[in-house]
Formats: sequence, C-alpha cells, structure tokens
Amino acid sequence: MTVIALTAIQTWALVFAVVSFAIYVGIAIYTRVKTTAGFYVADQNIPAVANGAAIAADWMSAASFISMAGLIAFLGFDGSIYLLGWTGGYVLLALLLAPYLRKYGKYTVPDFVGDRYSEIARLVAVVAAIFISFTYVAGQMRGVGIVFSRFLDVTLTVGVIIGMVVVFTYAVLGGMKGITWTQVTQYTILIIAYLIPAWAIAAELGDFPVPQVSFGDVADELNGLQRDFGLTEYTEAFTARPMQDVFLVTLALMAGTAGLPHVIIRFYTTKTVRAARYSAGWALLFIALLYTTAPAVAVFAKTNLIQDVANQSYAERPDWVRNWEEVGLITFNDQNDNGAVDSLGTTTATDVELQVDPDIMVLANPEIAGLPAPVIGLVAAGGLAAALSTAAGLLLVIAGAVGHDLYYRRFRPQATDRERLRAGRVGVLLAVLAAGYFGVNPPAFVGQVVAFAFGLAASSFFPVIVLGIFWRRTTAAGAVAGMVTGITLTAIYMYLTIFQDMEHWLGISPEGIGAVGMVINFAVTIAVSLFTREPSQEIQELVEEVRHPRIAPAAAAAPSE
Amino acid sequence: MAAGSGRGEQGRREGADAQAVGYWKANRRLQLTLLSVWAVFGFLLSILLANPLNEIVIGGFPLGFWFAQQGSIVVFVILIFIYAVTMDRVDHEYGVQEEELGAARRRLERRAQRRTTGETPLGPEEGDAR
Repeated sequence: MTVIALTAIQTWALVFAVVSFAIYVGIAIYTRVKTTAGFYVADQNIPAVANGAAIAADWMSAASFISMAGLIAFLGFDGSIYLLGWTGGYVLLALLLAPYLRKYGKYTVPDFVGDRYSEIARLVAVVAAIFISFTYVAGQMRGVGIVFSRFLDVTLTVGVIIGMVVVFTYAVLGGMKGITWTQVTQYTILIIAYLIPAWAIAAELGDFPVPQVSFGDVADELNGLQRDFGLTEYTEAFTARPMQDVFLVTLALMAGTAGLPHVIIRFYTTKTVRAARYSAGWALLFIALLYTTAPAVAVFAKTNLIQDVANQSYAERPDWVRNWEEVGLITFNDQNDNGAVDSLGTTTATDVELQVDPDIMVLANPEIAGLPAPVIGLVAAGGLAAALSTAAGLLLVIAGAVGHDLYYRRFRPQATDRERLRAGRVGVLLAVLAAGYFGVNPPAFVGQVVAFAFGLAASSFFPVIVLGIFWRRTTAAGAVAGMVTGITLTAIYMYLTIFQDMEHWLGISPEGIGAVGMVINFAVTIAVSLFTREPSQEIQELVEEVRHPRIAPAAAAAPSE
Repeated sequence: MAAGSGRGEQGRREGADAQAVGYWKANRRLQLTLLSVWAVFGFLLSILLANPLNEIVIGGFPLGFWFAQQGSIVVFVILIFIYAVTMDRVDHEYGVQEEELGAARRRLERRAQRRTTGETPLGPEEGDAR
C-alpha cells in the first residue's frame, strides 16, 4: 500500500474519531443524571424528532452501516430480506407496540411483561432481554474493532478496548439521557458519512447524482456484467434463498425489530403517547435515508468490483484490492493457475478464486471511487458512530435488566433511588466488560450474529407483548409457556443448523426460523391462555389503561389535590 | 380478540366504557387497513409476486426488485405518518387526547411566564442543571 495516501487517511480517521469521541463525552458530562428516571428513560422529556434520530442511531448498527450493503451486493435481489425486514418492523412497532408501551411508561420491557403477567414471566423476559442484547452487542464491539484496525492500524483488541472506554464513560454518566443526545449526534455523523460517498459514486457511475434514482440503470449494466462473468443476474429473485425462506426471514426480521428491547425502550423516553407515534415515523424516515441508499451502494460497489477484477490478471489488481488484502479481508486463490480472477464470492464460499469479505464494500467504497482522504476518515467515524450508538442502547438494556429488573424489582424493592442508580451503573460496567469480551472473541461475522438476535426477539417478546395489549384474555401461564417454547425451539434449530450442520427443514434458514418460532409462540400462548383462568380485574384494567393515551381521570387530578 | 364489553360494569362507568370500546374499535379498524397495505407491499409485491413483476422494467429497475429495495420502504414511512396523524383526530373524537399544548402555544406561555416571574419553567435543557 502507498505509505503517503494511507497516512493521510489515518490522520483524518484519527481526527474524526477523536473529535466525535470528545463530543460524546462532552454531551455525557452536560447531561449527567442523578435520578433513576433520568438514567433509564431520560426523564420522559425527549421531543419526537430528536427521539426519532436517536432511535435511528440506536437501530442502525455496525451491521447496517458496515455490513448491510456488502451483504446485499452478494445476495442481489435476495438482499431485500434486510431492507424490508429492518424497515417493515417499524410499522408493527408504531401501530402495535410503541404507543401502548409508552402509555405504560415503565423503565424496561420486562417491567411491562412482569406487571402484565407474573413474576415468572418477568424473569423469563429478563433472561431473554440479556440473551438477545448480548448476541447483538458482540457484533457492535466487533464492528468498532474492524474500523479501528483498518483505519487506525491498531489491533482489533485495542480498538475494542478504546470503544469500551468511550461508551462506558457516556453511558455511566448520562444514562439514557446522555445516550439519547449522543445518539442524535451519532445519527448526524453516520448519515453524512454514508451519503457523501454514495452520492459521489452515483454521480460518477450513473447519469444523475441521486443514488436512489440512478442505480436502476447501473443495476441493468450489472446484470449484464454478472451474466458475462457466469453469475446469475443481480436483480433475479430467489437465487440465494428459496422464496419461502426470503418470506420467513423478512417476517422474522420485522417482528424481531418490533421486539428488540433496546428499540422499544427508546419509546419510553418521549413526553407523550402522541410523540411516541410520531417518533416512530421520524425514526423510519431517518432510517429510510440510509436504507434506500444502501441497495444503490451495493449495486455500485458490486459493479466496481467486477469491472476492476473480473477476468483480469490478478497481478494488475488496483491498489484498493491490495490494501484490503493486507488486512486479510480479500484473499485470492488461483485454483486453475492462470493468474486471472475467474470467479468471486464472499469469504464463506470456498469454490471461488477471489474471496471478498462483504464488510469491506462500504469501507472501501470511497477509496474505489477515488474520494479524498477526509471523506474516507469520515466514513471511519460514521462506522464508529453506528457501532457505538447501538452498543450504548444495548448496554442500557442489560444495565436495566441487572440494576432495575433483578436488583430492584426482584431482590431489593426497598432500595433508595441512589442505590438503584448505582446498581444501574454497575450493570453498565458488567455489560461493557462482557460485550468487550465477545467483541474480541466473536461467534461469527457481524451481520450474521445480529440476524440471530432478531429471530430470538421475534420468537420471544413480540407475541406476548402484542397479545398482552390486544387480547385481554392472555394469561401469565400462556405468556410464559409461549415465550419459553418460542425462544427454545428457535435457539435449538439455530444451534443444530449452524453448529451441527443439520439440513434445513423445508429450506428454512437459521435466520428465518424466528418467524416459525413466533407463530408457535402465538399458538402456545393463546392455547394455554384459553385453558387457564382469565386474568384478574386489576390486570384487565391495566390493559384497558394502556390502550388509551389520556391518563385515568383520577390519576390526572391527583397532583393538584 | 373481542373487547370485554360483556363484563358486569357499574352504571356510571357504562358511558365511559362505550366511549373506550368505540375508540379501540376505531383504532383497530385503522390498524387493520394500514397493516393490509403493509402486507401487500412488504410481502405480496416484494416477495410473492417478485418474479412476474420483474418482467416489467422501469428506468432500469425490474418492478419486483424496485418494490423490494425501494418502494416498500417509502410506503412503510408513509404508513406510520398516516397512523400518527389519523390517531390525533381519533384521540380527539373520543376525547382521550393527552393534555398537551401545541409547541407554539407552549413557547408563548413560557415567554409570558418568564416575563412575570423572571424564571424559566423546567424544560429539557433546564432539567440538566438540577
């Protein structure tokens, strides 16, 4: 790699990283909290638009920012699972969950599950929340490590540790309040970092600098390139996965999105139920800015990749290929010894000559397009912002599970606000340490790990929360039975297919099984509920109350009396 | 998922209950409509009918591909805003809206209060100073 160019990129990456980290810590000091309400729900004082931006950053992780476009580039049409799945879930969230959970207004997801059903249900929900959040947070810390090791030339472990220290500082000081305003900043950074290279490349490859419009013609060209290179057409449906699996994975990702605790708790922070509805709309609008750009980035990157290397002599490969080869994310294995690239695929495919890690598609994009060093540095800061913002949201869920659901609700209901706040902070510390460990020793690559968290959320939380609101008759026994069977069957199938190489049933992948687990959860919850005694009057009144935005007249009048 | 309208209620609560049942029905009707659109775009046009729709190409985009990677996402955003705006009206119709002042009015009131007392009421920024 050329020393001079790299130093410039490193300098800019470092400048952006340091400046953004300083802003995050500054926000944390400014917004430091002294109460549990501030720590867990930001005093329920966040305006809808700001909460929308915070949800978008909370939501868009290293997987969305770094991995998604690359995954789509290699999946073609079938990459739609991520685009549809990770946006369509917000419709479910906005209509079926957010307004009612906001009305309920307690600190965590297990809080609602516990109060609506039973203490056992609360415990199951706590375990599920911790399990899901850890699966997810591991990917984020790994994302931080990848960005650091690529752009700042430090080892992955050092990168993860720096990320841990930064996120720990602002999560501990500012709690949800600090995290919220940090996430608003992080959204701004990550969206700019994503859009600038995309627009620049759109202007270069297409006729029109708006990626969403111009990638149609480029996709058409890419279809031709792929055909010539012996691949299936890019826009042809169901080449990577059968139709039923695309359907199920999309459904699992949607329901999973709606059931992810770190997204749900963001809706607790708005002033009103009304604001919770609008913040879902703003959130998806902000997310859609990136999600409608990502498929264009995928097409551009794939076109550039094929044009630069396919059927060409590997000795004459461009510089950006050499750069990524050095970090081990591109490998060339000349199977027929002709010195040319005859086939390409992701690192998981073994029968191809050029193996490309999908993660590099976004990171390498500005380099491929020949954009100046500051833009590349900005992309690094964007990747860090995406990973850290999601990690912070997840850490707060784990902290809430430890400090609120377990310590306060289970073991020490008499704890003072001060003690509870300290417990929350200790929770963050434990969560950061565990997340760092998983970041250094990751189970699989970023996008894949995250996809599993969705299946688990879809098969556990989503059905019991929706039924808890929409069907008064849902009982505690039903909810517990549903959650346990749903998440257990899903996890077992994932384990067997991934680690034991079990054949996929009916073409259902481990990412899609969550949708089946969800249906089973619904069925079991309903069946068991019908066979158990209907919930008490108080619980039915609680259900009635969460359905209506205005607080009960008695409660509203209380403060003035 | 029938609402428990058959439960024995005291007479004085019946009016309020009928109101609540009506509100919930209106909400569910709206949700059903919007979720149907969601399913049509997210699953029918984008996945189940993707192959036949891909035969039609507009601006370089095979139509099924376009729905799956662009169109549906835009529709999802619109659906949520339609829900939020319509529910504002429904909330008012059934009298369950929250007592929230409009932003403009809140600003005016805050300014008036500042003039009279010289203090600002507790807002998002002021809350930090505690």
